[in-house]
Amino acid sequence: MSEAPVTQIGTGRKPLPPTPGQTVGPFFGYALPFERGSELVDRAHPGAIRLHGVVYDGAGTPVPDAIVEIWQADADGSIAQETGSLKRDGFTFTGFGRAPVDNVGRYTFTTVNPGPTSPGSAPFIAVAVFARGLMNRLFTRIYLPEGGEALASDALLGALEPERRDTLVATRDADGGLRFDIRLQGEGETVFLDFEGR
Amino acid sequence: MGSHEVDDAAEVYSSDAAACTQAQISDEIAQLHGEYQRTLDRTGAPEAQPRLDFAPYRSSILRHPTKDLRHTDPETIELVSPAFGHRDVAEIESDLTIQHNGEPLGERMIVTGRVLDGEGHPVRGQLVEIWQANSAGRYIHKRDQHPAPIDPNFTGVGRCITGDDGTYRFTTIKPGAYPWKNHLNAWRPAHIHFSLFGNAFTQRIATQMYFPGDPLFPLDPIYQSIRDQSARDRLVASYDHELTSPEWSLGYRWDIVLTGSGKTWAEPEGDEHE
Ligand SMILES: [Fe+2]
Repeated sequence: MSEAPVTQIGTGRKPLPPTPGQTVGPFFGYALPFERGSELVDRAHPGAIRLHGVVYDGAGTPVPDAIVEIWQADADGSIAQETGSLKRDGFTFTGFGRAPVDNVGRYTFTTVNPGPTSPGSAPFIAVAVFARGLMNRLFTRIYLPEGGEALASDALLGALEPERRDTLVATRDADGGLRFDIRLQGEGETVFLDFEGR
Repeated sequence: MGSHEVDDAAEVYSSDAAACTQAQISDEIAQLHGEYQRTLDRTGAPEAQPRLDFAPYRSSILRHPTKDLRHTDPETIELVSPAFGHRDVAEIESDLTIQHNGEPLGERMIVTGRVLDGEGHPVRGQLVEIWQANSAGRYIHKRDQHPAPIDPNFTGVGRCITGDDGTYRFTTIKPGAYPWKNHLNAWRPAHIHFSLFGNAFTQRIATQMYFPGDPLFPLDPIYQSIRDQSARDRLVASYDHELTSPEWSLGYRWDIVLTGSGKTWAEPEGDEHE
């Protein structure tokens, strides 16, 4: 094998420079979506809810060529490390879902409300957004609206101005579902996250 | 910003943008790169990622956040990655040349390399997905209107799971360059789209791999949205004659480095409630 250069760099202390991101472009639609990708649980699963929303651009127009991924704990707060997201068996909770938006920018998942991963912490769903025109994926979080104390003491939410903070908290539908719109730019722009530090 | 610039599902690219010439786009790129060079000379801190706000790529104008990304420490679920394995991906999905009855047209090639984290550790047992145009520069996608032939023996989608040393490996054909409507006479350099998972969800990335020496590099606003030359170079595979098989296929090597995972590597992930 001839990977010597990378191995040598890798043994040093200095972090390797990352491979830059690029847009997914317009043609991911026949590659990234997979069967039942948006169904983390079956619709008949006890506790199944609809998580949905619209991806908007800076003119307030729905983005018809975005794809949204979610990664979340189960209802009891446990983090699954089960394989099988791409070949769902209808029983195994893998915690991962992928949903392309439809022609009017709407994504829909069938999932459960995530539980707190530690006592007293505010449950949230981790999100990655990809789209044509978006040079690199964006990360955000979907918090549940019922967090109360936990929401108030959350480190990220607590550091945000109230109107920006609200962009990260889903609204509860009458049927128990969660609504979370993603605004890429402008009025009500969603808070997107950077985990690297600059 | 007028409504004529708004993206539309039917008209994939806005019409006024398509009226710009390559010279205008190249001027805009040169200006943005010049600004970067001056900042770099002052700060010495190279940009590692593309600019989200890169107007020469017209579709980015309304689709980039205008507020700074909010720095936060990754927590709980973000420190872990979804798990994928051989249950998800069949072995044959890594060979894009055997998905149909016949051989696809074009230069057969092997594309391989390692997926590493920022500390140089292999990303093991993770999902790698690719998609690409055929050798004539045409995607199997309903919105691709480029009048180049569809190859009935080539879909252009592949998946694999990385090995213990982080290795991925695909057999495919070299994609062609293709036109797009960002501006007049806009052509994308040949590329393969890659989607990657790391050891933590924060390492999730989609990118594009390019081929060495492509004359379209300086003209392409997507490639040039990465303003740092050495960062751009990291998206270009190298031709590797050791990988080339006699009478069979060419070989390209491309290693991928994900950002640091934010957690100590090799720590067992036993406590699922962490
Ligand atoms: Fe492409």
